This record gives sequence, C-alpha cells and structure tokens, in this order.
Amino acid sequence: MTEPRHRLMGYVREEIMPHRFCAGCGCGTVLNVFVNAVDELAMDPTRMVCVSGIGCSAWIPSPYFRSDTLHTTHGRPIAYATGVKIMRPDLNVVVIAGDGDIAGIGGNHLIHAARRNIDLSVLMVNNMIYGMTGGQVAPTTPLGVKTSTTPHRNIEPPFKVAEVVAAAGASYVARWTTYHVFQLKKAMQRAMTKKGFSFIEIVSQCPENYGRRIGLKTGAELLRKIKEQSVRVKKAQEMSEEELQHKIVVGELCDLDRPEFVTQLHEVTKEQVESFSLENAS
Amino acid sequence: MIVRFVGFGGQGIVLSSYILGLSAVLDGKRVVQNQSYGSESRGGECRGDVIISDQEIYELEPTGHDVLVAMTQPGYEKLVVSLKPEGTLIVDSDLVIPDAGLSPPGIRTYSIRATELASKKFGRKIVANMVILGYMNSLLSLVTVESLEKVISQSVPDGTQELNVKAMLEGIQLAMKDS
Amino acid sequence: MIDKSRIQYLEQLWSRTHFLLGDEACAYGAIYAGCDFFAGYPITPASEVAELLAAELPKAGGLCVQMEDELASIGAIIGASWTGARVMTATSGPGFSLMQENIGYAIMTETPCVIVDVQRSGPSTGQATKPAQGDVMQARWGTHGDHEIMAFAPSSAQECFDLMFDCFDLADIYRTPVIMLMDGEIGHIRESVTMLEPSTVKRASRKKAEPGEDLFGGPELVPGVMHYGEGASIHVTGSTHLPNGMRDVTTPRVHDELVRRLYRKIDENREKIIRVETDISTGGNARIGVISYGATARPAYGAVKAARAEGRDVDFLRLITVWPFAREQVTDFARNLDFILVPEMNLGQISREIQRFADCEVISVSKIGGVPHSIDEIYQAIMEAMR
Repeated sequence: MTEPRHRLMGYVREEIMPHRFCAGCGCGTVLNVFVNAVDELAMDPTRMVCVSGIGCSAWIPSPYFRSDTLHTTHGRPIAYATGVKIMRPDLNVVVIAGDGDIAGIGGNHLIHAARRNIDLSVLMVNNMIYGMTGGQVAPTTPLGVKTSTTPHRNIEPPFKVAEVVAAAGASYVARWTTYHVFQLKKAMQRAMTKKGFSFIEIVSQCPENYGRRIGLKTGAELLRKIKEQSVRVKKAQEMSEEELQHKIVVGELCDLDRPEFVTQLHEVTKEQVESFSLENAS
Repeated sequence: MIVRFVGFGGQGIVLSSYILGLSAVLDGKRVVQNQSYGSESRGGECRGDVIISDQEIYELEPTGHDVLVAMTQPGYEKLVVSLKPEGTLIVDSDLVIPDAGLSPPGIRTYSIRATELASKKFGRKIVANMVILGYMNSLLSLVTVESLEKVISQSVPDGTQELNVKAMLEGIQLAMKDS
Repeated sequence: MIDKSRIQYLEQLWSRTHFLLGDEACAYGAIYAGCDFFAGYPITPASEVAELLAAELPKAGGLCVQMEDELASIGAIIGASWTGARVMTATSGPGFSLMQENIGYAIMTETPCVIVDVQRSGPSTGQATKPAQGDVMQARWGTHGDHEIMAFAPSSAQECFDLMFDCFDLADIYRTPVIMLMDGEIGHIRESVTMLEPSTVKRASRKKAEPGEDLFGGPELVPGVMHYGEGASIHVTGSTHLPNGMRDVTTPRVHDELVRRLYRKIDENREKIIRVETDISTGGNARIGVISYGATARPAYGAVKAARAEGRDVDFLRLITVWPFAREQVTDFARNLDFILVPEMNLGQISREIQRFADCEVISVSKIGGVPHSIDEIYQAIMEAMR
C-alpha cells in the first residue's frame, strides 16, 4: 500500500526527502508554514527565487523548497538577493537564513538592505545559537547561557534584530515564533506581498545544540518555554525593561509605505535612457 | 617632450595637463597624461604630467622633464631639480620667485605675471593657468592653436568657454611681446 | 542580442576622440561589451571605474549600484548573473582580498562575472595611491581550494578598453569569473582610445541548456545554463554538488569529478584563452629575453628597444593573459636563450612561474615602492646580464 501523497508535496523537492533536520528542530515548522503561506497566496514557485546562506536554517529553502534557489557563502544571502532582485524585479525574492548568517557575519548587509528598503522578504530563523557548527554563542544568545565558546557564561547582551531592522528603515518588520504558526503564516504572506524590505524574526527551537544547554532536552520543552516567554508588542509597551528581560516580544513592529529601492533604481535608469535619447535625437 | 605642471589644488593644474594632452592627441601625437591622485592631491601639492611624442611612449613615469610649469613656490622648489639640462621653466611670477641657486644651470626661465594679468584683464584669477598654457605653447609650439582652442572650449565649465579661450590667446600675445 | 538603448548610446560614443584614464577606458569597454549590471565600493585607484559607470551605464540602459562593501558588491553581481545578466565589479587590493571567498563561490557554481582589480601597493593599506603588481598570485590562488582562473593584464588605456570584450566573452563561454588584472599605473594614465563602430561588435553568449539537462555537469567541460525565472528550479550551491546541482559533500568521486572538470575546462582550452605578444629581435641571435606584463611591459619594451638600438639582440614577450599561465609560449620563447629578465612591480611573483617553464636562467628585476621601473633601470639590468 502506498502512503497518500501530501497535498503540498509539490512545493518541496520530494526526491531528497526525508529532510535532515534534527528531531524537534524548528526548521521543519518554518518550511511547513512557508509552504502553506505560498500555497494560500497561490504564488507560483517558478516566479520565486529563494536565497539562503550557511547554517541549518539556510537548508529550509535549499534544497527543500522547489523554486530557483541560491545557496550563498556564509552571511551574504541578502547581498546576492539584491543582485537578483535588481535584474529581475518581477520575481519574488525571499531570503531564508539563520541568525548567525543574517545578524552575525552578514549584519552589515541586513541594515543596509533595510536602509535601501529593497523589495526582499527576509525570514530570519533565530535559534539563539550556532547550531550547525556545534553550539557556539550567537549574537542572539541570551545573557548567562553556557555555550561551547562561552563555557562559563555568555556576557554579551543579545541583539534585538527585529528592532534594529525597523530602525534601519524597513517597510515591514515582525517577530513571531515557531509556536505561533498561524500568525507567522499571515506575517509571511504580508512580507511576501508587501513592497519594500520585509523582515520576520522567527524565534525557533534548536533542542540539540541550544535546548540541552539550558536544561531543556526536547523540542517540545523548548517550544513550550518559547511560548511562555512570548509577550505581544502591545503588552510589552506597558512593561519595564526589567520585566522584558527574558521575554520574546511578538507581533508586528512596523508596517509602513516607504519608497522602494529597485523601483527607483529602474526609474532613474529609465530617465537617463530617455533624456539621453532626447539629447541625441536633436 | 615631457611637460610637468605643478601647483595647489584649485589652480587648474590637472585641467591644464589634460587640455595640453588632448590637444596633442587631436594633432595626431602619441600622448600619455598622468596626474597626482587621491589623498596625495587633496589640499596640498597637485601635479599633472604630459608626455608628447611622435613615437610610441614606453616611459610612463619619466624622471626628467623638458618643461616645468610651476604655480607654487614649494612645487617649484621640489621639482625644478628634475628639469633636464636646457629645459624650460615657466613660473607665475606672482606666486613663484625662482632661486638661481636651486635651478639647474642651463635652463631657460620665464617668469610671467599670469595671475595678475588674469585678474586685471578678466577679473578672474582662475584663468591664470590658461594664460600660462597659451604662453608656453607659443614659446615651444607643442600643439596647434586650433586644437588648443577646441579642447579648452569642450573642457571648461559651460559659460566660461570664451573667457578661457581669450585668456589662452592673451598668453600667446604675451609670449610674442616677450620674444 | 544588443539592446536598443545600448546601440543608441554606443552610436554617439564611438566616433568621438577619447582621451581616457585606463580606469575610464575599462568602464567604457564594459559598456561596449554589454555589462548589464555593475556593483562596487569606492577604493583608490579603482573608483574611477565605478564613477564612470555610475554616470554612463544608465544612459545605455544598464544598472549601477554602490553596495555597502566589497563582499556585497561581488555577492550582488553573482546573484544578478543568475538572471542571465552580464555583470562586473571593480576594486583594488584590500577589496580584492575581501572578495576572495565569493570568487571561489563563482568558480564552484560556474557563475560568469568580471572582477576588475586595479592593483595598488600592499600588503594591507600599503601605499594606497601607488601602483603595484602584487596581486598576481592572489588572483591565481586567493580563494581557497584547487581551481583554475583567468586573468588579463592590460598595458595601455586602449587595452583596458579592448580586453573587456575578452573578459565578458570568456566569462560567458567558460562560465567562470574572469579577472581584469589592471594596475594603478595603467588605471591612472590618460591615453587616446579608439572605439569600434557598434555594428561591428560581436559578443559571445552563454550556451543554453535544453530543459531537463543538467546545469552543473555532463558530457561537456562547460555545461549549458538556464537562468532564474525560466521554470527550471535551479539549485545553485557552493557546496560540492552533483551534475543536477544537488549537494553531495561526502562522495569522494563527486568532488573529484567536479573540481577536476572546473580545472580542465580552462586548462584544456588555454590555447583559445591565452594571448601573448612577442617581438623577436631581427638578428635572430638573441641570448637574452625580457618577459613582462601590465604597466611594466611599457618601460620593459622601451629598454629592449634601447638595447637593440645599441646593436644588442634582445627578445621580448608580453603576457596579456597572466592566467592561465602561458607555459608553452614561455618554454618556446626560452628555447635558445641563456637569460630571461622579468621586470615586475612585486618581489618576483611571475618570475618564479617563468622559472618553472623556461629552460634558462631567469632573473627577477623586481621593484616595489610605488614608482614603476624606468626604461634605464631595465636597460641597465639587461646590460648587467649580458656581461
């Protein structure tokens, strides 16, 4: 007897399934939510380019999502995606990568892409650790956590990545977690249809290299903790810095209409072609 | 023929070397033009070199020059030693006082009041470089006056073409009077 | 297929008298050769390439962006190349160092792109405004792992223009990054440049794959390509991959076959890629030869001419293609010689390469410090060797 085929299987590269994510990892959830978001929007994957970097989360689109994909060097997916989007503004360009990739080694590209407000959707999966390389401290690791490179305790405050991106000029910024799958799906849909730079920080669980370091052995335990730590943006506004210290603020941080980079770049170029043509016709 | 212009940024030193170079190109000569760049050209000394030849040019950074046009005292003092024997030194006498002890023996020195002339005659000190360019060219017949006029017109800011060409022609007049 | 706005732009450009910096000639060459997209970051002595393209490329319908750094610049052009665009970046030593990892990515993923490196005096910030030829080995081996690379060294502003056609064509034909290895001297001298009548311009193009064909392997040394948005679900990765593009990082044979093919596609075509210029002395009795490249080839040739004027037979070879190395040409050139002098603005990077292939004594005439060799310095070295 053959197993019934999942209705969304067409969106993934079935030939290389099953996926290689660890048991309890949040990456599978993100892929699942992403595929559902694309399906509900009736987006054509052949009109999408998914760009990722190096790390576990980078594997979500590449190799698993069936579209054109670009698996770049570590930290550079936003830079590579910028080139794709400039030359093909008609394609939907989505970056899916981890916190180390996007906010660590590639942080400069992130803030400048937000500043330009280029029409990319960046989904940053934040598992608070370098998972693929074996549990080293990340720019997002909470204070006090013992990792393989902060074996005594982490003394560096974590990056509030979504807030940084909002401040840098993005059109749309949200933070959700792998627990908030429906909200996350809606946010992804908003991000992919919104003109301008869209950014979603997806707080996710890495039971293997993060959970067990903080005494939570399974994905479920870690996910439960993430759920308990989550506070809505609105409520967070009434809370003190101290009260928010171990919280994850979820919801939309901004949803604005700002001039978009690629559109303007093509406008300027078109103006140049036209004025050149006019000057030289006479 | 190797011509070196030296002065401060803002005196049109690089522009002079460009104009001379392109004029020689229009005359069918081989030309290499070279200039100081970047941090070394900001605020301080500024230089432009032009090599003009009937043959292919192999030396891109010549050590000796046939002509030095100096528009600042430090530029003159630093570079006059690289003038070839029997070379030509042209200075703006309002800005440079040649020192017989410094200049190599055998060179010909021409001190012209380019800045004063530019200021008196045209009310614009900035065209002193054009006066010198015309003067030098009249003296040494490096390029045709037609090419010089044409290149000046296409190289200077819009609306100043006539002024710059006139200043250059004034330099030619001055050289004729001197000779 | 040359775009209408490009033709219109070139039509008014070509017949004018051009008196250009090497950097500007390179930028115009790129516009001629069909550069669709340029991304760069300011750096002396390469900024004039970006400045000219920023002003002129849009008039010809091309797109130009200043990125946040050199990593972003090369990243953006690699991404853009996968849409089928002709792409380029320009930098100098420090930026070239930053780009190295991504040059390896372009090699591994067979992404056509052109990287202009206007070499300045290093290491590190070095003499920022002074020329050098110290990146020759970095161009060859700057990115990690085994690979072949193509690099061209222009010796005049005219050649800065002309070689851009080769760079873009070869990048497309062989699906690989190509390095335009200029130097600060050639980049910053201004010379007359003649341009072609636009209708005579021919451009090579990438071989297109049939639908369903593998894009990263197969029977040919250079597989055909498809681009984003064509429905091919292309999987591009810098990890070791199968001919269909899917990752396989553990099978020794997969890595061996891929990396050897990437090497062979350039090495086995070097006859079509390599260009040198030789001037064998008319007497035919030369015991001494000079090999040089880039800006240094100018005074080197001047010195050879000066020696000949004194009745000395001296042969001359100029490397236009620096990589892949012109090993057969150098071996041939060295055949009847006792000495080869190699003037270069570094501590002997190419002279060591020549030693490997020349059956005679190789004398490095190296010079660093930011001032190119004079004719006299090289002439004296020739005379010294003859003694």
